[in-house]
Amino acid sequence: MDFTFTEDQLMFREAISRFLMTEAAPETLREIWETDEGRSPELRNQMAMQGLTALSVPEDNGGLGMGDIAWSLMTQELGYYGIPDSLADTAYVGAGLFSALDDAVEGKGDYLTKICDGELRLAIGHESSQLVADAHLAEVLLMQHGDEVHLVPRDQINEVANPSIDSSRRLSKVTWQAKPETCIASGEAGGKIWNETLNRGALSVAGQLLGLAQRMLDLTVDYSVQRKQFGKAIGSFQAVKHHLADVAGKIEIAKPVLYRAACSLENNHPLSDIHVSQARNFCSEAAALAARHGIQVHGAMGYTWEVDLQMFMKRSWALNNTWGDSIFHQARVQNYVLNSDVDFAPSKTFEEA
Amino acid sequence: MKLTYSPKQQSFRLEVREWLVANVPKEKLSTYDSKEGFELHRQWERKLHEAGLSMVMWPEEFGGRGCDLTEWLIFEEEYYGAGAPLRVNLNGQLLLGSTLLDFGTPEQKAHFLPRMASSDDMWAQAWSEPNAGSDMANISSKAIRDGDHYVLNGQKTWSTRATYADWAFGLFRSEVGSQRHHGLSFLMVPLDAEGVTIRPIKALDGEDAFAEIFFDNVKVPVEHRIGDEGKGWHVAMATAGFERGLLLRSPARFQQTVRKLVKLYRDNKVSADRDPSIGAAVAKCWSDAEAYALSAYNTVGRLSRGDKIGAESSLNKVFWSEMDLLIHQTAMNILGSSGELLASAPLAEERAYWLEGFLFAQAGPIYAGANEIQRNIVAERVLGLPR
Repeated sequence: MDFTFTEDQLMFREAISRFLMTEAAPETLREIWETDEGRSPELRNQMAMQGLTALSVPEDNGGLGMGDIAWSLMTQELGYYGIPDSLADTAYVGAGLFSALDDAVEGKGDYLTKICDGELRLAIGHESSQLVADAHLAEVLLMQHGDEVHLVPRDQINEVANPSIDSSRRLSKVTWQAKPETCIASGEAGGKIWNETLNRGALSVAGQLLGLAQRMLDLTVDYSVQRKQFGKAIGSFQAVKHHLADVAGKIEIAKPVLYRAACSLENNHPLSDIHVSQARNFCSEAAALAARHGIQVHGAMGYTWEVDLQMFMKRSWALNNTWGDSIFHQARVQNYVLNSDVDFAPSKTFEEA
Repeated sequence: MKLTYSPKQQSFRLEVREWLVANVPKEKLSTYDSKEGFELHRQWERKLHEAGLSMVMWPEEFGGRGCDLTEWLIFEEEYYGAGAPLRVNLNGQLLLGSTLLDFGTPEQKAHFLPRMASSDDMWAQAWSEPNAGSDMANISSKAIRDGDHYVLNGQKTWSTRATYADWAFGLFRSEVGSQRHHGLSFLMVPLDAEGVTIRPIKALDGEDAFAEIFFDNVKVPVEHRIGDEGKGWHVAMATAGFERGLLLRSPARFQQTVRKLVKLYRDNKVSADRDPSIGAAVAKCWSDAEAYALSAYNTVGRLSRGDKIGAESSLNKVFWSEMDLLIHQTAMNILGSSGELLASAPLAEERAYWLEGFLFAQAGPIYAGANEIQRNIVAERVLGLPR
């Protein structure tokens, strides 16, 4: 029993955090928001230089060969700094999907190497969402068609932009035709890949929501210390303190749930579906409360475009229903608890049911 | 990260499980807040101790078996999973025991810990006073040094187990004229000493769950002080940290209650599903109890790396006490009109378990430091907000 991260995993997280603190400041993100494409090739290249795109690419393809456990720390950093979807979708979820493909699939190794080097932009169209994130810049798209996985070149799709309240999200309605020549997995193998991809996407969102919650809490603590009313910092009032203590509580309890889910996914635990949804639910609750209490403590300033809280708040609202909406994840846990015949003895936390 | 048990941990689990299956009383013991029930629980504790299972994480020389914290969590899972009796001497064994291990002299440890492990001595906590509840530094009970002993005068209250216990521990003002957390000493007091008067207080269920203790020129030898004279606050804060933190409410206790809640729901599904929010609440209770267990294992992992648990133990306390309320409120909602029945009601059958738990759950956000105080601690010491 070892519920800890390795020194390597912790140091890598620390390095990425320090890098993003300087290179992905809110002013930079706001500038990127104003561009047509909503993406910065420079920032993306720098992140590749830091090794982020190589993180979960297998060592045989030049990557670092780390897995979901390492990503459970990294996705929190991506959330904390409000990094757009394409990075996690490509380097984490996409790399996982490519790795799970049969080795006979043409170009598998090349795509993994390109992901590793930060040269591939891809988008994933999963049936849990009617829109596809980052399709507008994708070179290839991984599209779901029932149990089939299709690798579709950009020129074979039609995409129509559908703007989101989160300016970091660039969503498209994608129309395409499933053809035999684009199908790279199907049947039971394809279904398994899509289920694992949904779990990985959900876990990526869970980590980002937790990072967003921490960012909103930090911004709000800062504000409550600076802002004075009745001659005192508003953070000295108990009503404000208790709001923020409750957010801290939601964040702390969500962490071990997130880490266990990552460990389950990495080790193909038979209850991965449940553990991932449970993590999604806890992280989602933390982000929702951080947003609610964040805007309340900011007062009218929290309702403005000018104050940075909005960037992270709106992102948390939007992400909350991606890779399975919150109803889906609540229902998955609820169905397991209520409709199975499992006897939930206290000894079963880490045992297979 | 590797979330599986070692063969050694597995075999420890099986050993504990087998012993409990053979030895847990078939009939529920009467409440330890009655004289008869108190002694029945003491006998059960002695039996546990004879099997070496009373204080598994204490060193062997003090009556334990030298287990690490992971093994302790395993023990707790088996203990509560087997439906074994609630532990009557926890205040002593976990709160005072941990303090003695950290701050006690070799003589104090050798004398008090084995007797505590076997429950030959039963302990009551004596923190609060009429004017020192949430504001614990406002303690006014005095312990004035007179040669080789202290003379105690004053009053303690809300003293859990004091009605029947043998000893109490708490803070007393040993320096005349001292203020707040200065000048306090941490003392252990025999409750049969001359000048001690115990006045039981009936709790919601009508039982003597706690008591007032009056001290009228009670002599306590200096050897019964833990830590330095006047430094009792520091010693007590360490104890309070343990209390809120991992030890007092292990996850297994809540997981076992949730296991029963899920069964209660499934047995009453048709009726419960008239309100879909009931099923959602049951699932949330399961999820919360499991999260609390994960948090405990994670904390144990962090402790093993050398991290310290600080003010975040306050978050723990808020979490489990509010979870316990939700679990029991959900059960009462499922039980509907039979929820109010006492165990003595012919129609109550097993259901009075929930009423008892529901009543005790009301106390959770109040005892061991009210949740408002815990939230203040989190805001000031974790988030750094101004006082």
